[in-house]
Amino acid sequence: MAAVRSASTRLLANRAFLTLCLAATSIAMLVLAILLLAIFVQGWSGLSWDFLTGLPSRKADKAGVFVALMGSLWVCAICGLLALPLGVATAVFLEEFAQKTRFTRIVQTNIMNLAGVPSIVYGILGLTAFARMFGAFGTNVEDAITLGSEESLFFLRIPFGSSVLAGGLTLMLVILPVVIIATQEALRAVPGSLRAGAFALGATRWQTVWGITLPAAVPGIMTGAILAMSRAIGESAPLLVLGGALFVSGAPENLMSDFAVLPLQIYNWASRPQESFHAIAASAIILQLVVLFLFNGIAVFIRQKLQKPLQ
Amino acid sequence: MASIGERPPPLDGFVTSLPTNPHARDLSKLGRPKSVAARVLRERIIVGALATAACFSILVTAAIIVVLAKETIGFFQFDEVSLGEFFGGTEWNPLLGAEKHFGIWPLVAGTLLVTVIAASFALPLGLIAAIYLSEYASPRVRATLKPALEILAGVPTVVYGFFALTAITPLLQRLSPDTFGSYNAMSAGLATGIMILPIVCSLSEDALRAVPRSLRDGAFALGGTRFDVSVKVVVPAALSGIVAAFLLAISRAVGETMIVALAAGGVAQITANPAAEVQTMTAYMVQIFLGDAPAFGVEYKSSYAVAATLFVMTFVLTMIGQYILRRFREEYD
Repeated sequence: MAAVRSASTRLLANRAFLTLCLAATSIAMLVLAILLLAIFVQGWSGLSWDFLTGLPSRKADKAGVFVALMGSLWVCAICGLLALPLGVATAVFLEEFAQKTRFTRIVQTNIMNLAGVPSIVYGILGLTAFARMFGAFGTNVEDAITLGSEESLFFLRIPFGSSVLAGGLTLMLVILPVVIIATQEALRAVPGSLRAGAFALGATRWQTVWGITLPAAVPGIMTGAILAMSRAIGESAPLLVLGGALFVSGAPENLMSDFAVLPLQIYNWASRPQESFHAIAASAIILQLVVLFLFNGIAVFIRQKLQKPLQ
Repeated sequence: MASIGERPPPLDGFVTSLPTNPHARDLSKLGRPKSVAARVLRERIIVGALATAACFSILVTAAIIVVLAKETIGFFQFDEVSLGEFFGGTEWNPLLGAEKHFGIWPLVAGTLLVTVIAASFALPLGLIAAIYLSEYASPRVRATLKPALEILAGVPTVVYGFFALTAITPLLQRLSPDTFGSYNAMSAGLATGIMILPIVCSLSEDALRAVPRSLRDGAFALGGTRFDVSVKVVVPAALSGIVAAFLLAISRAVGETMIVALAAGGVAQITANPAAEVQTMTAYMVQIFLGDAPAFGVEYKSSYAVAATLFVMTFVLTMIGQYILRRFREEYD
C-alpha cells in the first residue's frame, strides 16, 4: 500500500493535474482553431458566385464546383432515401420485436462490427457488387443490359457501373450501421411505461411502435440521421474506389450518370502540385464545412426544440 | 375519448408522475378497429418485413467476406505470388522493376507507423481533455466544448489530409529543414491524430460521465482531492469504456485513407523513421483503384488481398473492444 502523503503534496498534485488538463484541452482546441484558420486564409479569396456555378476546368482560376455539388446532392439523396428506412426498420426490429435470442445477439455484434469496417472496404464491396455485379453480366460496358432511353430520368443499366446509383448504394452501406445504432439509442430512451400503457389498452406490438414508441423517438432518430448524412457527404474513399470519376463534365442527369462529389473534387485539387489548385481546394473545403455546420446546426436545433421531455 | 398524450388527473395517494408522451399519435384517428384476424395478419407481415431488414446487415457482412475471400484466392493463384511470400516477405514492389514482390509487411509497417504517431498524440491528449470536461469543467465550458467536439468529429477526412499537406508538412520542414520531405509519415500521423482526437475525447467523456455520482461523493468524503477522485476512482471505474474508445479510435486510424493518400507518400518500406515516406495499406488501394494498374492483372488483384488484411485487422480490433466492454463493464445500478 502506498504511503499516506501529506495534504500539501496532494493539493499540489491536484493543482498540477488541473494545469495539465487545461494545457491539454487548450492544445486540442488550438490545433483545431489553427486548422480552420489555415483553411480560411487559403480559401476565402477564392469563393465567388462563379466558383459555385463554374464547371470543372484544367485552369485553376476558371474551375468551379457546380458539377461536384450536384453530384454530392444526387449521391447523398439516394443514400439517405435507402439508408434511413432500412436502418430504422432494423433498429425497430432489434429493439421492439426481437426476443433476446442467439440470432439477435449475432445481428447486434455484427452491426457493431460493420460500424468499425474502414470505409474503403465498403468501396471495394460497392465496386464488386453494384458497379460490376460480380461480373455476372459481362465486363464490357457494351454488354450491359439497358432499360429505357439514355435521355430519360429513369434510364437503367445493369450492371450499374460507376454511376450515381452505385455511389448512393455504396454510401448507404457506410452509414447504415450509424443510422441503426443511433435509432436503437433513441428507442431505448423511450420509457418502458409508455409501451406498457399501450399494451394495457390492447394495442398490438406494431400499433404500439407506430403510435407511441416511434413518435417519441423521432427527435433522436432525426438527430442521428442528420449526423449520418453529414458523414455521407464527407465520405470520399469508397467513392474513389468505386471509380467516382475525377473528371466529369456535367451534372448528373439520371441514375446512371457518372458523377463527381465535393470531397473527391477536393482530393483531386489537393493532390496536384500547383499552389493555385491548393487555393481552390481550400475554397471547396470551406463550402464543405459550411454544409457540415449547417447539418450539425439543424441536428442541435432538433435536439433542443423538438425534444419535449417525457415528463 | 381522451387521447394518449393527455395526463390523467392526479389522484391522492397514487403515483402521479406517469410519463406522458407529447409525440404520440391520436390513436382515435387511426381508423376503425380491425378484426383480430386482420390485425394478427398485419402484425405478421410487418414483423417479417422488419426481420428482413435486420437480415440485410448480415448479408452485407457476408458479401464483404465473400468478395474479399474470392478475389484474394484469385490473387494467390497467380504464379508471381505465394502465401509464404505474402505473409513473410519484406518487399512490396508490385508495379515497378522486372521482378514483382508481394510481401505485405512494408504496407503493414507503414500503417502501424502512422497509427502509432496518431495514437501517441491523440490518446493521452484526448483522455486528459475528457477528464477535464467530465470532472473539472464548469457546466458552461462543457456545454460549449462538447458540441464543438461533435462537429469536429464530423469534419471530412480529406480536409485533414489537405491540412497535413499544406500546413503540417511546411511547419515540420521549417522546424527541421533537412529531415522532412514533402511526403512523410509524421505529417500524416499527426493529421490522423487530430482526426481521431474528437472521437477519443467524446467517447471517453461519455464513459467517465456514466460513472455514478455516489462513487465520487464517497471518495470526496474520504478526503480525496479532485485529482484523487478523478484519477484513482472515476478513471478506473470507467476503464472498460475508455479502452473501447481507444480501440475504436485506433481502428479508425488504421483504416484512414484520404489523409495518408495525400500526405504520407507512396514508398512501401519498413521503417520506424517518422520523417520517411511510407505507404499504408489504404494508400496502396487508392493508388491501384485510381488506375495505375490494368484491371484483372496481378497488381489489381493484390489490392483485394491488402483489403482483406485490413478488414481482418480492424475486425479483430472491434471484437476486442466489444469483448472488453461486455466483460469488464462495471455495472452500478
